[in-house]
Amino acid sequence: MWQALYDELKDKGFMVVAVAEEGRGAEHARPWIEQAKSTYWQLIDTDHRLSDLYNLVNVPQAIWIDEQGRIVRPPETAGSTDHFRRMDLKTRTMSPEDQAERLAARQAYLDAVRAWVTTGRYALPEGEARAALPKVTQEIAEAHARFRLGVWLRAHGDPVEGDRQMNTASALHPDSWSMWRQAADLDEVGKASGPDFWKRVQALGDRPYYPPPKL
Amino acid sequence: MTIILSPTGEHKVSTHDGLWMSAAHAAKATGWTLKPEGMCLAERCVPLPATAVKGDEVDVAAFWIKLGGPVVAAENGEVWALGAPADERNAALEGLAAPDFTLPDVDGTPRTLSQLRGKKVFLATWASW
Repeated sequence: MWQALYDELKDKGFMVVAVAEEGRGAEHARPWIEQAKSTYWQLIDTDHRLSDLYNLVNVPQAIWIDEQGRIVRPPETAGSTDHFRRMDLKTRTMSPEDQAERLAARQAYLDAVRAWVTTGRYALPEGEARAALPKVTQEIAEAHARFRLGVWLRAHGDPVEGDRQMNTASALHPDSWSMWRQAADLDEVGKASGPDFWKRVQALGDRPYYPPPKL
Repeated sequence: MTIILSPTGEHKVSTHDGLWMSAAHAAKATGWTLKPEGMCLAERCVPLPATAVKGDEVDVAAFWIKLGGPVVAAENGEVWALGAPADERNAALEGLAAPDFTLPDVDGTPRTLSQLRGKKVFLATWASW
């Protein structure tokens, strides 16, 4: 997904780290990774540790980190848009206008990454970066603990209790699409984008599924 | 034996009555050491309520709750997870130093974020689902 960007910028002190939030583990992610033929890091995060550490709620989200290891853009949607919400579910297609807008938004995001690497633009001053951080609540902290426990129980032959823990996690952290969709996927491949997913998306109303980055 | 999933990894320890365990097992499971002043990690000590220590044994659940972290268990009581306290996560993020982590690549080779110091890093998530 990021290979062209990486190829273009790798000689300018740039690195891409792609992390698969993948409860089914490395072998499940392997076909996508091999197909991508990526030369940047492709890492496997079975219990969504990155989401816990960085307070993430969906994929794809990205964090920009400078040469000193400082966060210069907190977690934000990485190039995806909400146009999919208007697609024709029967044919799974979007209108040409929506397809064009979607591509343009993705291009604008990639251009911002390019500008950051070459000129430093779009790196937020500390105060702004701090203000843009989503806050971890007690409920979110407990949700991550239960989610991890749920993934472990599922991987160790207790899908019923694993599911129960993951459902509790989702209830504690309803903003996390990753928790809900991963739990659905572990229950059955495909369920994460099935009818229940679309019901949840519809229930968002005017709220975004992919909040656009404020570039 | 009880399995404990803690910020330091996955640990097998002997417990009774919830998460009562020897100080040695508590250190193994949490990384914190029992001292007269409480449970300690490097320079930091968290005083324990008198009801959470008995001789050489510690109630790790009580300690973890005192620390501010979530303590959750599977229904059968054989597997527990000790989560990071919300305040700790917020403080780490607000400091703006990117939290470090080590994760395996698809062939199992561990990679650590801080190995990339000196480069601009675009850290992005994806999933198959």
